[in-house]
Order: sequence, then C-alpha cells, then structure tokens
Amino acid sequence: MTLSLLLQHIVNALSLGSLYALIAIGYTMVYGILRLINFAHGDVFMLGAYVAFYGITLVSLPWWAALLIAIVLTAMFGIGLERVAYKPLRDSPRISIMISAIGASFLLESLGVLIFGGRPKGVPVPEVLSRVIRIGPVSTVVISLIIPLFTFGLLAVLVYIVNRTKTGMAMRAVSTDIEASRLMAVDVNRIVSFTFGIGSLLAAFGGIMWSFKYPQLNPLMGVMPGLKCFIAAVIGGIGSIGGAVLGGFLLGGIEIMIVAFLPTLSGYRDAFAFVLLIVVLLVKPTGLLGKRQTEKV
Amino acid sequence: MLEIKKLSVHYGGIHALQGISLSVPDGSIVTLIGANGAGKSTTLRSIVGLVKPSGGEIVWNGKTISGQGTKEIVEQGIVLVPEGRRIFPNLTVEENLFLGAYARNDKPGIKSDMDRVYELFPRLKERRLQKGGTLSGGEQQMLAVGRALMSRPKLLMMDEPSLGLAPLVVKMIFEIIRQINAQGTTVLLIEQNAKAALEVAHYGYVLETGRITLEGKGRDLLNDDRVRKAYLGEGQ
Repeated sequence: MTLSLLLQHIVNALSLGSLYALIAIGYTMVYGILRLINFAHGDVFMLGAYVAFYGITLVSLPWWAALLIAIVLTAMFGIGLERVAYKPLRDSPRISIMISAIGASFLLESLGVLIFGGRPKGVPVPEVLSRVIRIGPVSTVVISLIIPLFTFGLLAVLVYIVNRTKTGMAMRAVSTDIEASRLMAVDVNRIVSFTFGIGSLLAAFGGIMWSFKYPQLNPLMGVMPGLKCFIAAVIGGIGSIGGAVLGGFLLGGIEIMIVAFLPTLSGYRDAFAFVLLIVVLLVKPTGLLGKRQTEKV
Repeated sequence: MLEIKKLSVHYGGIHALQGISLSVPDGSIVTLIGANGAGKSTTLRSIVGLVKPSGGEIVWNGKTISGQGTKEIVEQGIVLVPEGRRIFPNLTVEENLFLGAYARNDKPGIKSDMDRVYELFPRLKERRLQKGGTLSGGEQQMLAVGRALMSRPKLLMMDEPSLGLAPLVVKMIFEIIRQINAQGTTVLLIEQNAKAALEVAHYGYVLETGRITLEGKGRDLLNDDRVRKAYLGEGQ
C-alpha cells in the first residue's frame, strides 16, 4: 500500500468517524440527563437529511440555506419529540419510557415511508462539495475534508457550552442529581429540552453531511448508523461526551481500515461494530471513558 | 412567616402526614424533632414543592405556595439543604456555589456573597477548584450550607445537617446555624439529634407518625419528661 493511499484511508476514516461522533453525542447526552436510550435518535438523523433534501429540491434553496434551516427545524422536532413521547413518562418506570422510545422510532420510520416514499432518492450534491481536490499526494472530495473540519468546530462549541456556560453547568448538575438541581431553582424541563435540541441539531448536521457523502436517501437510512452510534456511545462510556467522540472515531477508523487492509472481510463491515462492542463490554463494562456509578436509590 | 395549616401527605396507601399545623415566625429558629419515619423530611419536601400535599395549605408571607413548582418556591426565598447534603460531586466547589445562585443575575452580588461564604467556611476557599465529590463529609455539609446561602434565602430549611458527622463538626455546623440566624435568616431545622436542635431553637415541635404531639419553646421541650424519655435517652 502506498503512502498516498494510506493517507486517503485516514481522511475517509476521519470523516466517517466524525459522522459517527456527531450522532453518538446525542445518545450520550440524553442518557446522561434522563438515563434514557433515545432509540428514535437515528430517525432524527434521517429526518434532518430529508428536510434538507426537500429544501434544495422542492423550495430550491441554496444548499447552505437548506442545511441551516433543516438543522434548526430538526432541533425543534427533537425538542417536540421529547415533550410528546418522553416527558409524560418521566416519573414512570424506566421500561415504559424505553418502550415509548422504540415506538417513536418505528413511528418515524413508518411515517417516513408514508410521506417521503419508500423508494430511495438521489441527493443533488452541491458542486463545491463533490469536487475532487489534491493536497500533496492525497486526492479526495471536498466533503470528506469538510466533515471533520466542521465536526471539530461543533465539538469545540459544545465543550465550551457544557463546561463554561451557566446552562452547561446546569446540564452537568441535572445529569448527576435532578432533584438537587430543582432545589437550586434550575428549570429541569428547559435543560432537558436544550439537551434534546443540541443532540438533534448535531444528528441533523450529521445526517445532511451523510447524504452529501453517500448521496442517497431512504426512510430507513437512520437505522444502521443509529445502532452503530449507540454502540459507539457505549464503547466510549455512555454519559460521557468525550467517550462518545472517542467511540465514534474508533468505530469509523476500524471500519474503514479493516475494509482497506482486509478487503476479503468487507462483507462483514457492519459486524465489526458489534464485535468491538462485545470485546469492550467484556474487558471494561463501563466503556473506555465511563466511570463506575453507584445506582441511586 | 411560614404557616402550615392542616397539611396532609399520602404516599400511595401511606398517610405520611396527617394534618399537621405549625408556624415559623420571621427571624426565628424552629425545629421539628421526631423519630425516623415520623414525617419530618416529608414536611420539608412538601414546603419546597418536591412532594404534592393531599390536603391542607402552606402559606408564605400571606401567599399560598402549596401547589407551586419547586423553582417558583425557591425563587421566593425558601431553600432546602437536603438530607445527605446532595452536593454535585462532579462539579467543583465553586460551581456548586454558583448553582446555588442559579436564579440570580446580579454578578457583583453573587461575587460578594461567594466571598462571604468563603469567609464563613475558609476550608471551602482552599478547595474551591476541587470536585465536590472529593470533599470530606463535614466539608460537603459546609458546601451544602454555603450553596444554600448563595440564593440569599429568607427561610433556610435544613434536613438532618448533623447526620454522619464527627461531634466537633456537628458543633461547628450548629454554631454556623446560630450565626446565619443572627444575621437575619429564618431557620427551620429537622434533626434526630434532638438535644442539639432544641438547644439552638427558639421553638420546637415533636412529630410522631405524621402528627404533632407536642410543641413549645426549645428550652421547655428540653426539660419536658416525655421528650427526655423518648428523644434524649434519659430516665429509662
């Protein structure tokens, strides 16, 4: 394998890892706050991609405007989803809210088939993004460079919000002790909404970028990435944002590299995530960056 | 002035509070003593809106607050230092204190209140950048009290502040309660350590299985035969 080919694989791994990381953060943040696995998160990712698609094709917006509008709308949708499907069950046994999450996921997928149609749609990738550029020995499409770049930017903003702002401080407080946060006059509902908003925003961005990189949409496109990113969050240590990012890049990297170096195994591409999950859970059940937590009574 | 009128609370089939009435006048220290499970914590939790009463009324400065949300109640100057302290272990000491002032927006005021808390508890200043979870039990209690003070409470309620602490630290905590009260904050205290509580309190109530069975000035209760037998472990 030549150096230039290796570098190309690294660019691909970084860009797939970025997409995984963006989605995994949504799982981990919601879990951190509500101890809920938001099974509908992968479908929010799908929704983001479709909204941008219709923005470009139906309303003929410029792609960047469609991107921004789709992100905002999807974030609002995520907030609404929590209000309707999860909030009424917040004081119910944990299994109820989990079933509601699975139901929400199936509902969104079926609605997707009903409204968007089951037939895959080709995405008109903006010319700027699909252009091939050469940097030294590496030639790659612009989108594969843009994805990691924007991802790092968004991560920096997220880290700033969580660690340096009042709302971020409240998020960290709510994630350890909801009741004590209430006693500090923290509006817990607002914090939960904010968390769902951020998670859905990142998923929408990921979904749209995904649709520019692999330019085909179908209503079930969120299922596999959603499952893998849930695994990425668990591998990294669910509840930890750094863990979700690490898990996402790890998963993306391994997937690309195994296919690159062992092409005979490329048919098993999707299985690697599960193998990695099993290994990590056997060796370190709390995930790579997860902390052992004693269950509160 | 806080007034509780015939407050009832049900947990499922259990009648935890069976119509208790009490009042906490401005500027006083009032204590509620009683055995485990008598309903002390439930009383405080209902005042601050964490538990919904099934009957009766809680009135704060002439306004009914029972039925309001915790956020609204805390913003009106009633704050609870919960049992077991419940500081945020993953946040630094300073962030814990900032959270206490979450409802406020006056930066200079928050800063000066933080200095005041550090003056009251120099240990917290030394550890201000440390995570709350790394503090000792006594330091965590200081942090919980400091955090509550950051909201500038008019009524400070404390649930078992002495629980699990060394005798010297307990003494210090009660001294601090006296100081806070002397500076004008009304205190409602519940304690299993009845002696310490009655010594510091102006007025006390004895709660038994959801009912108030006895009330009086702190000193009088200390000398009451029934209290001495039941709660001070004397005169078997």
